[in-house]
Amino acid sequence: MTAPLRDAVSLGGNAPVMSPDTIRQVPDGVPARMLSYQEAIREALREEMRRDPAVFLMGEDIAKHGGAFGVTRTLFDEFGAERVRNTPISENTIVGAATGAALVGMRPVAEIMFVDFSGLAMDQIATQAAKIRFMTGGQCSVPWVLRMPQGGGAGKSTAAQHSQSLEVWFAHIPGLKVVLPSTPYDAKGLMKAAIRDDNPVVFLEQKLLYSFKGLVPEAEYVLPLSRCGVKRYGTDVTVVASGYMVWHAMLAAEILAPEGISVEVVDVCTVAPLDEETIGASARKTGRVVAVAEACRQYGPANEWAMVAMERAWNELKAPVVRVAGRNSPVPFANSIENGAWPGTDDVVGAIRSAMAGRRPGA
Amino acid sequence: MAAARDVMADRAVLLEMYRRMVRIRQFELAATNLFKRGQLKGTVHTYVGMEASGVGVCMALRRDDLIAGTHRSHGHNIAKGADVKRMMAELLGKETGYCKGRGGSMHIAAFETGSLGALAVVASGIPLAVGAALAFQMRGEDRVAVPFTGDAGSNTGNWHEGLNMAATWNLPVVFVLENNQYGVSTRIDDVTKVHDLSLRAAGYGIPGVRVDGFDVLAVYEAAVAAVARARAGEGPTLLVTESYRIDGHYAGEPEVYRDKAEVAEYRAKDPITRFRSRLESDGDFTAAELDLIDVEIGAQIEDALAFARAGSEPDPSTALDYIYA
Repeated sequence: MTAPLRDAVSLGGNAPVMSPDTIRQVPDGVPARMLSYQEAIREALREEMRRDPAVFLMGEDIAKHGGAFGVTRTLFDEFGAERVRNTPISENTIVGAATGAALVGMRPVAEIMFVDFSGLAMDQIATQAAKIRFMTGGQCSVPWVLRMPQGGGAGKSTAAQHSQSLEVWFAHIPGLKVVLPSTPYDAKGLMKAAIRDDNPVVFLEQKLLYSFKGLVPEAEYVLPLSRCGVKRYGTDVTVVASGYMVWHAMLAAEILAPEGISVEVVDVCTVAPLDEETIGASARKTGRVVAVAEACRQYGPANEWAMVAMERAWNELKAPVVRVAGRNSPVPFANSIENGAWPGTDDVVGAIRSAMAGRRPGA
Repeated sequence: MAAARDVMADRAVLLEMYRRMVRIRQFELAATNLFKRGQLKGTVHTYVGMEASGVGVCMALRRDDLIAGTHRSHGHNIAKGADVKRMMAELLGKETGYCKGRGGSMHIAAFETGSLGALAVVASGIPLAVGAALAFQMRGEDRVAVPFTGDAGSNTGNWHEGLNMAATWNLPVVFVLENNQYGVSTRIDDVTKVHDLSLRAAGYGIPGVRVDGFDVLAVYEAAVAAVARARAGEGPTLLVTESYRIDGHYAGEPEVYRDKAEVAEYRAKDPITRFRSRLESDGDFTAAELDLIDVEIGAQIEDALAFARAGSEPDPSTALDYIYA
């Protein structure tokens, strides 16, 4: 480690406090510093705006105010009102204007304040931007990034319209790429990749992770899109997770290690297109799979990952694939019922034990 | 670009207007015939009767200005200079079409002649044009973006959001609202309190101009002024062309919602006949030379049909092409 361990974070609910050193992505000896997830995204935006004059930001309250979560704070001071552009509250036109600008050579990074508001823009996201290259026979491309904070957390009480986890809304649409990073390192490297990519990229930012810190190299780097990352190597069971759930998976792995259960954690940091190969390879190696997503259980992302594991590793599977997911419910306000809306570390631990025992949870 | 007041003195511009209007009409008649004979799949929304609107606007544009089309954009593309061979091939779903058979009638877009795409969700092209205009402004380019919508499009969120954003940022957009009176079967007057749609511009602090959409010269004159204003950095204009949809919403539609007498009344206003009369009376053109143009365009459409029929549909192995860049 080149920086002291600090800024440990509680995952809330039933989770113990964990440290940023849990996921190590920067090798020893590589100059790095601790950045928060939010700072890492901001640094990626700043670097890309300096590198390419075609990159600009547009969204509600993103200029001097810095956005609802402060991600774009200070960028206005460097780049001004032209390139850090406040918009009217017009989500569909924010996205559609980004598409129009992208069609003529710009690389807009648009922001929708909460992913919950993306319903207002869904025509432009799913029916226009995602399809225009295809339906024009490749005459054009749409190189935009759409940043949207998503997710909720126990004790936050942000209720039903500011807490959803909606990656499947976008991942279902061919033509879109969907990113959901779990660490500052991934957030920076994937944001830079998303901006340079020639496709519309929906970049989902996990709100609970904004303040979470991790090592980010001093030197510039860009990560590949459309890949899963293996965050922990193991031999007995594969946990497939994304975003905040990766941290529950990592905690569960630490809890079970003393029992001799070796857990591999596959981070679906790009939700779509899905890197089926990495999930399949891990499933074939361990023979047991637990799929964990915070989004609602019904038709959720964990279902897709479980299916991929079965399609690609059926002959090697030693146990039924186990699914862990958010409750099929709008997110409630009161803590007593908000708790339990999303999976916690205990749920992942229980699911891993089920997989190890070769049975379905509760069976 | 000739100033509008001089247009009657500019034979080349007048002839090109006439050619494009006739080309649209003949293309649409050919497309309708193909559809009625079952040779054209899907659906066809024709631009018959509205030729003066698209041609008047697009003749005021440069090649590097951009239009955003709709489900009813055969006419817009031809008006902007698209090749009818590749358009016809697209109608037949051929690899030789503009969109390589992936788009069809509702999504014909010729990017090489200045298109942002033809988007078949009503008014969805509005935000695209706003964004393209924003790019032009940021880069200091004097290009203009022109989204077409029908009357019904002016009741969508896209439209109102787009006008507000473009007005606020003073963007080089000419919003062309082609009031053909119907959204599918619904008369605009039945769903809109304001009957002069150009008044809606006032709500956004921009000029609203209303012209006779059967008069290509009137449309052209208004478009030249709006485009000049946009190009000079003075901001957007709403240009309403009062028009009429002579055909049904789509080819072969039963049209139970309107009287045949009403359609006949508008059919008598035919913008091509009207322009032709003007050319013959005021423009020093002979009937013979205009007849010759009609014949030439007819041959172009026949060539386009032959070209389209000769092409192949996309190879099944290419079904996943163009989803991602």
